[in-house]
Amino acid sequence: MIDYHAIAPEIILGLTVLAVLIVDLLPVPKYFTAVVGLLGLAATVVPLLTLGLCESLAFCTETGDRVMLGNSYVIDDFALVLKGLFLAATFVALLLSVGYIEDDRYWQGEFYFLMLASAFGAVVMASSRDLLTLFVGLELVTGPTFLMAGWRKGDPKSNEAALKYFVIGVLSAAILLFGMSLVYGVTGDLTFSGIRAVTAASTEPGTLLSIGVILTLLGFAFKVSAVPFHFWTPDTYEGAPIPVTAYLSVVSKTAGFVGLLSLCYLAFAELRDLWGPMLWILAALSMTVGNLIAVRQDDIVRLLGYSSIAQGGFILVPFGAAVAADLTGADLEQMFFATVAYLVIYAVMNLGAFAVVIAGANRIKSTAIADWAGTSTYAPVLAGLLALFFASLAGIPPIAGWFAKLAMFASVLGVDSGWATVLAVIAVINSVVAFYYYAKVIKSAWFDPVPAAIPAAELRDTDRRIAPSLKLALALTAVLVLVLGFYPEPVGLLSEVSSTFASGF
Amino acid sequence: MFDNGLALSLVVILPLIGAGVVMAVPKANESAQKMTALVFTAAAFVLSVVLAIQFDYGDASAFQFGTDLDWIGAINSRYHIGLDGISLPLLVLSTFVTLLSVIYSWEHWPEPHNPKAFIILMLVLATGMNGTFVALDLILFFVFFEVVLLPMYFMIGIWGDRAETEIPVFKRVTEMRLYAAIKFFLFTLFGSAFMLLGFLGLYFRSGDAGGIRTFDMLALSELGRAGVFAGSFGMWVFAALFLGFAVKVPMFPFHTWLPDAHTAAPTVGSVLLAAILLKLGTYAFVRISLPILPEAAQRWAPTIGILAVIGIIYASLACLAQTDMKRLIAFSSVGHMGFVMLGIATLTDIGINAAIIGMVAHGVITGLLFFLAGSMSHRYHTREMARLGGNQQLMPIMGAILGFTAMASLGLPGLAGFWGEFMALLASFNPLEGLSTGLFRTLMVLGAVGTVLAAGYLLWMLQRVNFGEPKAEWEGHHFHDVDGYEMAAWAPMILAIIAIGVFPRLVFGSTNDAVVALVNAAFGG
Repeated sequence: MIDYHAIAPEIILGLTVLAVLIVDLLPVPKYFTAVVGLLGLAATVVPLLTLGLCESLAFCTETGDRVMLGNSYVIDDFALVLKGLFLAATFVALLLSVGYIEDDRYWQGEFYFLMLASAFGAVVMASSRDLLTLFVGLELVTGPTFLMAGWRKGDPKSNEAALKYFVIGVLSAAILLFGMSLVYGVTGDLTFSGIRAVTAASTEPGTLLSIGVILTLLGFAFKVSAVPFHFWTPDTYEGAPIPVTAYLSVVSKTAGFVGLLSLCYLAFAELRDLWGPMLWILAALSMTVGNLIAVRQDDIVRLLGYSSIAQGGFILVPFGAAVAADLTGADLEQMFFATVAYLVIYAVMNLGAFAVVIAGANRIKSTAIADWAGTSTYAPVLAGLLALFFASLAGIPPIAGWFAKLAMFASVLGVDSGWATVLAVIAVINSVVAFYYYAKVIKSAWFDPVPAAIPAAELRDTDRRIAPSLKLALALTAVLVLVLGFYPEPVGLLSEVSSTFASGF
Repeated sequence: MFDNGLALSLVVILPLIGAGVVMAVPKANESAQKMTALVFTAAAFVLSVVLAIQFDYGDASAFQFGTDLDWIGAINSRYHIGLDGISLPLLVLSTFVTLLSVIYSWEHWPEPHNPKAFIILMLVLATGMNGTFVALDLILFFVFFEVVLLPMYFMIGIWGDRAETEIPVFKRVTEMRLYAAIKFFLFTLFGSAFMLLGFLGLYFRSGDAGGIRTFDMLALSELGRAGVFAGSFGMWVFAALFLGFAVKVPMFPFHTWLPDAHTAAPTVGSVLLAAILLKLGTYAFVRISLPILPEAAQRWAPTIGILAVIGIIYASLACLAQTDMKRLIAFSSVGHMGFVMLGIATLTDIGINAAIIGMVAHGVITGLLFFLAGSMSHRYHTREMARLGGNQQLMPIMGAILGFTAMASLGLPGLAGFWGEFMALLASFNPLEGLSTGLFRTLMVLGAVGTVLAAGYLLWMLQRVNFGEPKAEWEGHHFHDVDGYEMAAWAPMILAIIAIGVFPRLVFGSTNDAVVALVNAAFGG
């Protein structure tokens, strides 16, 4: 029998996806499609809450993790938290898209349909507990984004973005699939629990299994744009419509990390000697290279692209702590918690930063940092929000980003290993370097005079109002970064999720 | 209200609430913004004075008016605050100088105008400073310690000096304020990032002793006394904390951000930076490094002492080479903070008492010097001492106050600056048992040479600025002498300098018991 309660979020989201397509065909204003999408996303909160708070609800009889389809699909606290994150982030990304896509007059209905379909894939990934489901979920996340990246048909850069993204996406899918097939071939099992049981039984992983594991993780390294598999990222981010970039850098990236988390901590839990050093290197490279190139950028979207590569490195840091020889369950919990906490806070602040960029680009008609000079003189609120989100990305207390960084440092310093400490020091130096380029944008907006080339009257043009949906997105993310900055306890609660997830060690 | 930590929390949070209120006031309504700032900073000051009156001086080593609430459960970090004899004078200093800065700002807004933004930053800064002095949890301390960064960054970057300067090493020409702002931020961030690693190291090691992991300073001090953090672990953690605190103090060789930041910052920014921000570093040494890592502190003390004295001598020599009045005062700060650090490095109760009275005195005296430098450059439109001569004739009151403050700064007995320097040298004669007496006595002699040099550069500054005949270029100019707002801001500082000078018990009465208890606990008497 199917547990309808457990998959209610998926059902609601699936119906929303279809509803958006149907509404698009009706003779109603196009923005209705977005409203339907937003309402559908908002409605998924109800089953997420009833599932999460099941123990304290009278009508909810079945408590504990809900395991379905022969261990392939599991609804546990981790899945619920990540689903909530995906849905909330998509909600904000959709808010960002409304005015933007409307202005471009391109196929609004289809756009929202694709974004929601992609989010559906992410939601599936959060519950996937076997290789195939995970792969299908990941491709469902990625497929629609190929189209979305090329949405501005007339713009060669957008075409380039989509093509590069597509080619690299297909390549990474091939590598991933090859790796997965090797893993399946050696272990004879697709479910994570089965793979784990097989690997736990043997003392040494064979060469074939090692290659399979490494290739599988490399496939995900492409998805999270870890250096040196990041080359598609800056071009795609720059060329794609900005709301799509926001979606890619948050939802799609987080989906990649969810894949890494469930693979590393469930399927390959016994193979830490393999993935620990590998992800250590990827983390160190992503932070350092991402930051160093970001310093040289003069376009704000490209800068955020490289910044997201560097942030991806920070998110990988807790994985790198697995280089330590003997890890206790508490260490693994701490590492797992650090990644999840960072993902949550990163989603909020990065979406906020993109919301500011969209609002600013709409007004200034440019994403060159030099053209943003003096924003504070004619748009103080916008400039204030810009400073807020960029300072948060840099990890300056009391804005949310600091707690993510703290959890990240704690995860590597908590384990007893010299290499882990080295990674912590690399991360510290990188977080100082990162401030330099975030500050570059803040400096431009607050310290520099308005460029002479831009007529002041045009900048003060009151006709270019910020769309209400964008305002809502800005308000939501701004309140969240401040609240989580002063009182990070809600994110701290995720540690309980981690303890149940990582307790299997 | 006093027992449950509400009053103390209010001292911290009132300025922040004020910032929120100012944010809601329309930009055009400047007087309402100023009034709001005045009301909230005055309330914080009055409340801190009430706390000082209510304070139980018989039990100054205990934390009073505090509270301990849940904050971040996941890492067992708590909202733990409290006030003891060491933090009390610094908290009062902080609220005092903030209030005076608001009063001074009333009619002195640096360019570009925008008082609303300036006030908001000033109030956020005040919350960070007050909070740092009362925090008893390392993460809470870290957050407050960092809260001051962004406001100061914006203060320097927006309202700072627009003169062009060539950046060393990079050979690029840029405006002073831009260079100083980012330099200030990167230096401090670099230090505090390592400080955070140190805090985390303590946190994880605290769990190894059997109990649950904690960031609580008091619990960590207990563990430190029991020797949990001894050995090379303690040395590394001390080094990490040292980086964070020494950049903030700033100690030689991490001081290079300070002259740039001070010279570029608007007047109020310089005052707050000198009077309070620098104290965050020295306070952290006394509050965190010494009690939690006593063994490492003893092994690091000679290094700190040597760096402190290098700072004293180097800063004095650098002062003698300055032509810019504000830069001279900035370098003199490095020297004075060197005496504070020398006092701390002796690890004796006399030395640490000296350090705290030195911090308070430096806060008031150098704060006043920066006010004066700001007001003078506002009138003369230059800070070049070569052009300023004859100030005493052009502005008699301003000149007199400058003379008085310079005397206080060079450590004239009877004024506040004397006690810190004198007692720091006294303490170096007899440092903590186990430290090299020979080394510290050498340091004492060198430090004494530093006081002579300090007298030299301050008197030389007076000679160049105040004495002589006015330069020809000022002929026909009418200079407005000290105005009402300036007087209102400066008179309390002058009174404080005299009061602390003739009656140092104002500070020692609060600090002594707490310091003795701290030294006894950490170093066994």
